[in-house]
Amino acid sequence: MTVTVDQRPARGLGPLHRGIHPLHAVLLAATLPLFLGGLLSDIAYASSYEVQWNNFSAWLIAGGMVFTGFALLWSLVDLFRAGLRRKQALLAFVLLLATFALGLINSFVHARDAFGTMPDGLILSAIVTVAAILAIWLGFSSHRVGGMP
Amino acid sequence: MTRASLLTAAALAALLTACDGDDPAPPVYGANPQLPEQQYGLLPSMKIADPAQWDGKKPTVPEGFTVTAIATDLGIPRQTLVLPNGDILVAEGRGGGAGPLRPKDFIAGIIKARGTTSVKSGNRLTLLRDADGDGVYEERTVFADNLNAPYGLALVNDQLYVANQDALVRFTYHEGQTRADGPPVKVTDLPSYINHHWTKSLAASPDGRFLYVGIGSNSNITERGMPAELDRAMVWEVDARTGAHRPYATGIRNPTALAIQPGTGKLWAVVNERDELGPNLVPDYLTSVREGAFYGWPYSYWGQNVDPRAQPQDPQKVASAIQPDYSLGAHVAALGVSFSNPAMGGRFADGVFVGEHGSWNRNVPSGYKVVFVPFRDGAPSGPPIDVVTGFQGEGGKTYGRPVGVTVDPRGALIVADDLSNTIWRVTSTNRSPTAEAPSRPSAAMPGGDRPLSSPPY
Repeated sequence: MTVTVDQRPARGLGPLHRGIHPLHAVLLAATLPLFLGGLLSDIAYASSYEVQWNNFSAWLIAGGMVFTGFALLWSLVDLFRAGLRRKQALLAFVLLLATFALGLINSFVHARDAFGTMPDGLILSAIVTVAAILAIWLGFSSHRVGGMP
Repeated sequence: MTRASLLTAAALAALLTACDGDDPAPPVYGANPQLPEQQYGLLPSMKIADPAQWDGKKPTVPEGFTVTAIATDLGIPRQTLVLPNGDILVAEGRGGGAGPLRPKDFIAGIIKARGTTSVKSGNRLTLLRDADGDGVYEERTVFADNLNAPYGLALVNDQLYVANQDALVRFTYHEGQTRADGPPVKVTDLPSYINHHWTKSLAASPDGRFLYVGIGSNSNITERGMPAELDRAMVWEVDARTGAHRPYATGIRNPTALAIQPGTGKLWAVVNERDELGPNLVPDYLTSVREGAFYGWPYSYWGQNVDPRAQPQDPQKVASAIQPDYSLGAHVAALGVSFSNPAMGGRFADGVFVGEHGSWNRNVPSGYKVVFVPFRDGAPSGPPIDVVTGFQGEGGKTYGRPVGVTVDPRGALIVADDLSNTIWRVTSTNRSPTAEAPSRPSAAMPGGDRPLSSPPY
């Protein structure tokens, strides 16, 4: 898609600058505990070899992907309604997209059998968790209401 | 942003195709296969059979042989047994059915199911009879039903043993019988918790005292945890009289068919090895089963090649793992084995026939045929020869998938096809019997006063 970057300083906050929609907030925020849970399960599996942690991890990441997917859709629509905060909305979208892409790769790695998920799965889970935190951070802050940006 | 997402998309696409675009080297056969490095793709390579109707077409057999369908519309035929009077018993059924454990299992389950029949599990034994010996099996009866996914079959004197997916049972059999007298008697329970690899293969020792039951692992490579592997991936020796059992060989991932070698009385097996290590790993194999031997699963494959997916590792077990005898090639999915006899004639007189169900974990399909492994001095002596092919046509269209193979002592090869639910019979068109090709079953059955019939014969 083509994007025109607004060159004006993002100072004059217009009436369109509402707070984040509660449902959007839920979708975004829900990704973190799931990806974080996946990471913790991976750590547990890598240190205990107890295969059930591997199953937990695969499901937690799959759950995280569902919420990331919906949040990503929301962010995409949001891009066109962003107005003056387009730059930040764009950054939030890109970070969420990266989270989704890395999460997808992580899902495939977690489809491997037994310890075949390691160590790639653990490393990816850590990266995805950090990416999710950044995406959520930006997602929320791009909707800041009032005050100076 | 567009650049970033494009880059991500491109990287993702590259990763996705990385495991999909490689052109696998030809499969490796024989006693000392060169094993490639392990590969971990992002997605397991999956190429699923695309079922199609035979529509009057037939499998391809070598010059001088002919193939006919002697039974169709069965309820998933797996293994067959030729009885002393020439009748054929067919074990029909589908077992397993463990629920999906991970997101992967949902997706893989749906994809893999496309490559198999949708017919209902027969759970029975069907008897086929050719009373006048013209090669047309005109009589068909249900010998026994209400069985639980029967698979392995063996006849010892007047006892017909059937390996269901959860128990070894026996019927009393009188020659000429077309229906069992009543429900079977249980000899022993077989491991059936989860039953990931549910097929219980069966063979009887030459003296009929022991039954050998092949029990597959409960996972590809321990992804259901080691407790689920109790009494799995092994061959049991079961006392026919008492039902008592002991492990005869272990670490043998999925021994899908067993056979006794005529003459030596040795137990042989075809075994399906693990998936998801690349298109040319790990070779499925044909081997004589050595008493007390450990064949590596899950810790190692083809002897002592360590599989890092099985954790915690067990270096002592790895050190004790022995190499199988003969590689059939990776992912061929050997599901049937039967020793030949001189009645099969010429180049097929000495060796084993192997039914190869065909691969799913490989872009270029392997298997989907029946091969012959020639023997000399009681051991494999050359590369496999294609015997029955044409199960797969243009563009992955798949008409049939071979499972059990049984040599009829009269000089015929019986092939069960669990995709088209057909029994195929391959015979020589050469009518003039040669000196070394006896046409009577008595001449082809070694072993003196105890007539014994089991899948090897």
